[in-house]
Amino acid sequence: MRSKNNKKVKLILKDGSSYEGKSFGANISSLKSISGEVVFATGMVGYPEALTDPSFRGQILVLTYPLVGNYGVPRKELWESEKIQISGLIVCNYIDTPFHHASQMSLGAWLKEQNIPALEIKDTRRLTQKLRTEGVMLGKIQFDQKKNNEKISFVDPNLRNLPAEVSTKKIKEFGIGRETIVVIDCGMKFNILRRMVARGFKIVVVPWDTDVTKLDFPFRGVVISNGPGDPMKAKATIKNVKKIIKQKIPILGICLGNQILALASGGTTYKLKFGHRSQNQPCVQNDTKRCYLTTQNHGFSVKKIPTGFREWFYNANDNTNEGIIHKKLPFMSVQFHPESSPGPLDTDWIFDFFLEKAGLINKKDKIK
Amino acid sequence: MNKKKFKKILVLGSGALKIGEAGEFDYSGSQAIKALKEEKIKVILVNPNIATFQTSKSLADEVYFLPINDYFVEKVIAKEKPDGIMLSFGGQTALNCGLNLEAKGVFKKYNIKVLGTSTESIKLTEDRQLFADHLKSIDIPIPPSGSAVNLKGAQKIAKEIGFPLMIRAAFALGGQKSGVATNEKELEEIVEGALAISPQVLIEKYLHFFKEIEYEVVRDEFNNIVTVCNMENFDPLGIHTGDSIVIAPSQTLSNREYYSLREASIKIVQSLKIVGECNVQFALNPSASTVDGKVDYFVIEVNARLSRSSALASKATGYPLAYVAAKLALGKSLIEIKNKITKVTQSFFEPALDYVAIKMPRWDLEKFKGAEEQITSAMKSVGEVMAIGRSFEEALQKAVRMQSGLIEGVTDNGFKDEKELKKFLTIPTPKRLFALTAGLMKGMTVKNLYNITGVNPWFLSRLENIVRVEKELLKTHKQKKEIKKEEMLELKQTGFSDKKIGILCGKTEFQIRKLRKSFGIKPSIFAIDTLAGEVPSKTNYLYLTYHGNHNDVLPLGDKAIAVLGSGPYHIGSSVEFDWSCVYTAMALKRHKKKSIIINCNPETVSTDYDMSDRLYFENLSFETVADIFEFECAYGLIISVGGQRPNNLAKKLSTEGFHILGTSASDIDRAEDRNLFSALLDKLNITQPKWQSFTNMQKALKFIEIEGFPVLVRPSYVLSGSAMSVCYNKNELRNFVSKAVVLSGEYPITISQYIENAKELEFDAVAQGGQIMIYGISEHVENAGVHSGDATIVYPTQRVYASTEFQLREISQKIAKELNITGPFNIQFLVKDNRPSVIEVNLRASRTFPLLSKAMDANFPEIAVDAFFGKALAHKFIYPKNVIVKSPQFSFARLLGADPVLRVEMSSTGEVACFGKDYDEALLKSIFSTNKFDVDKKTVLLSLGGSLNKAKFLEAVNTLINIGYKIFATDTTAEFLKSHNIDCMVVRKAFEQSPNALDIIISKKVAFVVNLSKNKLESKIKLNSITDGFRIRRATVDNQIPLFTDLHLARAFIKALGHYKISDLEIKSYKEYLQN
Repeated sequence: MRSKNNKKVKLILKDGSSYEGKSFGANISSLKSISGEVVFATGMVGYPEALTDPSFRGQILVLTYPLVGNYGVPRKELWESEKIQISGLIVCNYIDTPFHHASQMSLGAWLKEQNIPALEIKDTRRLTQKLRTEGVMLGKIQFDQKKNNEKISFVDPNLRNLPAEVSTKKIKEFGIGRETIVVIDCGMKFNILRRMVARGFKIVVVPWDTDVTKLDFPFRGVVISNGPGDPMKAKATIKNVKKIIKQKIPILGICLGNQILALASGGTTYKLKFGHRSQNQPCVQNDTKRCYLTTQNHGFSVKKIPTGFREWFYNANDNTNEGIIHKKLPFMSVQFHPESSPGPLDTDWIFDFFLEKAGLINKKDKIK
Repeated sequence: MNKKKFKKILVLGSGALKIGEAGEFDYSGSQAIKALKEEKIKVILVNPNIATFQTSKSLADEVYFLPINDYFVEKVIAKEKPDGIMLSFGGQTALNCGLNLEAKGVFKKYNIKVLGTSTESIKLTEDRQLFADHLKSIDIPIPPSGSAVNLKGAQKIAKEIGFPLMIRAAFALGGQKSGVATNEKELEEIVEGALAISPQVLIEKYLHFFKEIEYEVVRDEFNNIVTVCNMENFDPLGIHTGDSIVIAPSQTLSNREYYSLREASIKIVQSLKIVGECNVQFALNPSASTVDGKVDYFVIEVNARLSRSSALASKATGYPLAYVAAKLALGKSLIEIKNKITKVTQSFFEPALDYVAIKMPRWDLEKFKGAEEQITSAMKSVGEVMAIGRSFEEALQKAVRMQSGLIEGVTDNGFKDEKELKKFLTIPTPKRLFALTAGLMKGMTVKNLYNITGVNPWFLSRLENIVRVEKELLKTHKQKKEIKKEEMLELKQTGFSDKKIGILCGKTEFQIRKLRKSFGIKPSIFAIDTLAGEVPSKTNYLYLTYHGNHNDVLPLGDKAIAVLGSGPYHIGSSVEFDWSCVYTAMALKRHKKKSIIINCNPETVSTDYDMSDRLYFENLSFETVADIFEFECAYGLIISVGGQRPNNLAKKLSTEGFHILGTSASDIDRAEDRNLFSALLDKLNITQPKWQSFTNMQKALKFIEIEGFPVLVRPSYVLSGSAMSVCYNKNELRNFVSKAVVLSGEYPITISQYIENAKELEFDAVAQGGQIMIYGISEHVENAGVHSGDATIVYPTQRVYASTEFQLREISQKIAKELNITGPFNIQFLVKDNRPSVIEVNLRASRTFPLLSKAMDANFPEIAVDAFFGKALAHKFIYPKNVIVKSPQFSFARLLGADPVLRVEMSSTGEVACFGKDYDEALLKSIFSTNKFDVDKKTVLLSLGGSLNKAKFLEAVNTLINIGYKIFATDTTAEFLKSHNIDCMVVRKAFEQSPNALDIIISKKVAFVVNLSKNKLESKIKLNSITDGFRIRRATVDNQIPLFTDLHLARAFIKALGHYKISDLEIKSYKEYLQN
């Protein structure tokens, strides 16, 4: 249960509003930075996955579901990256008595171990409503009002090259298979890897700025992973993807990968007012009556569809772009997360579709 | 796609409310009808449930108050010639009826399309074996099982399935010789024991402490699928989901589990080609994954229709499931249907909740004499509540208060001793939640309790938190005698009511309320917007929470009037009160007022998203109503249309200075307080049965010496069993008082003269400033002594003198004037020898309101609202051209051990009413609507106790003979009949050797059974021995054979049967009856 000595901590937004709460994560003394972009996510499960999703890098995450911590934290193999990626966590009620057979530790213990601050403020709904109407906002978590008031300034993580921060530093191989697929890691969720490996491919993960056309081994396709921040900051990746397009190597972009593929092909992107961060985003496949429920986590979106491409999916709620596909060549990308984790498994078929278009599998080989 | 445009669609309702099929189908049917009307489709509805909203004149184009069975529905089809039919909005009743019609080729004959899920798919889900095979074919696991006739066979199956195993003896009742085997040795023991009493053993995988999880799935014909909601049961597998505390969304599932089960639901729904709604229930292993690391689960059940769970899911999330399902059945896609809540998004999405919703069942097992308390896989609850909060503790404690109206929280538990506590921990009963909390209060550990009950430790930890907060309050209050602001806030966030806090520190509810408000601690008003605040939306669906510090809405101010709903359905308070609430709320528009509904029952229409300007899904307690009222700064409150629960708040709300519309609280008190009311009647010179309150037995016996037996005894404190009883002699009186009630200075008992062989009449009316504006008098078919909720009621009266009716009107007018009544009221009269006496006055809408409103084509709640504003007009009484008969619906078959006999305490769970050209015709339709009646079977079993019953029944027996019935009769009845030269077959008593009365019943040889007891207390006298009559009655209901236990009703029914054949019964719609 909540112990009495929990400190009162404040979340302060750039507009001056502040929210007091009880701390259940890391302590200030061991912290380096506690400012970031405050965003909210509405998923009701999947906090271990969300917290380790590199797309949340630099962000203070508000979870709208009011009970968080219920089933603890599973072993590392089930996370979406090596560590917690968010800068801070805001919940309504933290549950310190998890019960689950897969749990290794409580959420609070994990946050402490990973040095991430977390706050229990009651009215997360008001905070959400604010971010929704006024747009995402910079914020900071302040532990001691006297000491740190001036020390921490509001840092906009989107000004940084976030993919560079979260990307792998060296090339890594996973799985066994006759054919190889390269994943450009801009902040890749591990489940992209797991879903491809499950299909019997060898996966080589390369740093975000790798010129894959210069790799010294054969491969049959490229996946541009998800990742945090403004796609315009990933200039090196955009430049390299242009080369891949030129060589007509099959491409699948996911989330940030969708934006990078669009930018590399002559499209444009823009920042959404409050982004999509939930597990219930409806995406309609263009020219069909089929709609899929998807997980999303992005603050930027594709505006202009590049020449030669058509819109593949659109969002049934706000009509924003959810994917593009080349009219002739095997270049395609989706704004949502076909690898889910967290979220619905409805669009896992995207991997099959890509592999089929890339000429790597036949229809009958599909995983499902 | 060549889409057919439907012109006329037939919708089947679910008939009377019964255990397992309650008000949720009024909600789903109403939404479906609205969805169809939007498409300009003509809607025909068959549903004899007169108290439902869906049977209102304003909803469907034509309503037929007729039995929902293949005979009557086919007649309606032949007459109306619809081009489509919807089977999934009326529960199992509608589904079964539809399958029968399909089997008979009716749909083919009349070229009717079944909309939504096809009958083939429905059949597949209804047939256990076919369904199991189907699931296997799509790789969805079901609990493995098998059967064996010897030990060797059993061992082979055990090897295939693996331990632990559940072993049952086939063909054995009540789980005899069944058990759990965890190893070879146990297997051998149990199988040998079982084979000793049965030729076969059934073996299945024992899903020990598995979690029970449900998904509500929606699919359109383009294969778009969403799961609107998932839910988790508080209790482990083994307790019917209708009897479980249910939490939405699931609390203990990881992302992997949540989405794996979701994927499985989608796979099933896809394979069944469901169009509309479907519910999938899973058992999930709480302690491990499968060996290959996958989620370890089994599918338990699939319902290819709207269900109680879907109604709950709809209310828990704000997603209008039934409305959407109806649109999908017409061939629309999920993307085409707008989200009714946000109005900006569409229906293809899965609601994100930023709160938890907890459903708690309402049982009334103590109302059924003899009924077993244990809850199992067969549902026993009669209603439910749903509570919304931002913590589990907050929602749970709310739910507990909503459910009973008396208990203040989970820590309210009075288990006598360790032994009793242990019993209620071990055996699942409605008290288990309280036993768990009591265990924690006594220092038992979460682990220990989990091992005993299998309730997930996550839930137990939440209970532990509640216990901790309570203990801390007791400790600090003991030391400091004060509550600090922070403590108060934590108490409120943990769900403690002001009253409970008061009880814990020796203060009143009002003192705590004052203190709390002085701290500025008030609940926040939050909206349910289906998207957790992600999209701005103007929703009117609200709840209160202490986990917030802003309000989502602004007060409506003095334009608004709050209508208090009825709370959970239970014995004595059902859909009829919801009907009155809905019409009251709607009528406020006529007076340019905005309506606020407060109710906590997810099975109702009043809690639908479009019934009021604002809906608070909240408790009907003083605290909550006051918080809402103060926030809204509303004009006033209406407490007189939701039954007794809101009515009870009159005094407190009025003391707080809130404006109650209609009759004043002090006048309500004069009617409710037995002494004040008695004095009032004496003053007005109105007769009442003699009564007195007593604090000791001597004085009571003295009173009885003068007035004589029988007497009606009403205790003020009940230990167990009935709240009232009729006693015929001193022994019975002593027995009842000593065993069942407390008699002391603090808890007096009330004894009143019990008038035998009297008629009972209901006077329902609306008055304005003491003047009656409209009234209706209806008559009980049974004599007084049968609770008015269990009585068969006929309107207009059939056997009442005009002079009696005149007297009733005069008396009622006098009372209305004296109490200065404005609004609805009901008076119950006893009439003997043309002399009426008043038994009871209720200054609120009664159960009979929808019946009379529909029969008289005058909307009583609307007139009541007019009266509140002084605008009601006196209605001229027009004598009706038709007759309407209301029949009660009993659910005894669901309640093992309960004696199906009518008593002074109500035990019916629902009702129907049918119109007819005369009493006989209406009575037949009405009785056919509440019973499965085989008119072609011309045999009957008579067991008539006492010579008076026998003599009074002679004419009815002759009628039966005349229309060709063959009669089986028990010993003395047969002797009597033979002495009157009536041919009959003698059957032995139930306890005698076979073939006896029970064999006749079990082999379904008879169309119906008449069992009249010597006096109403036959079974009471022999409290512990099972009587012959009980066995006959029990066997009759267990075999779903119509049972008559009342002389007057049985005679009336047989007389009607003599007048009309089933083919003579008119197939006329409600509108036709009104025009007639």
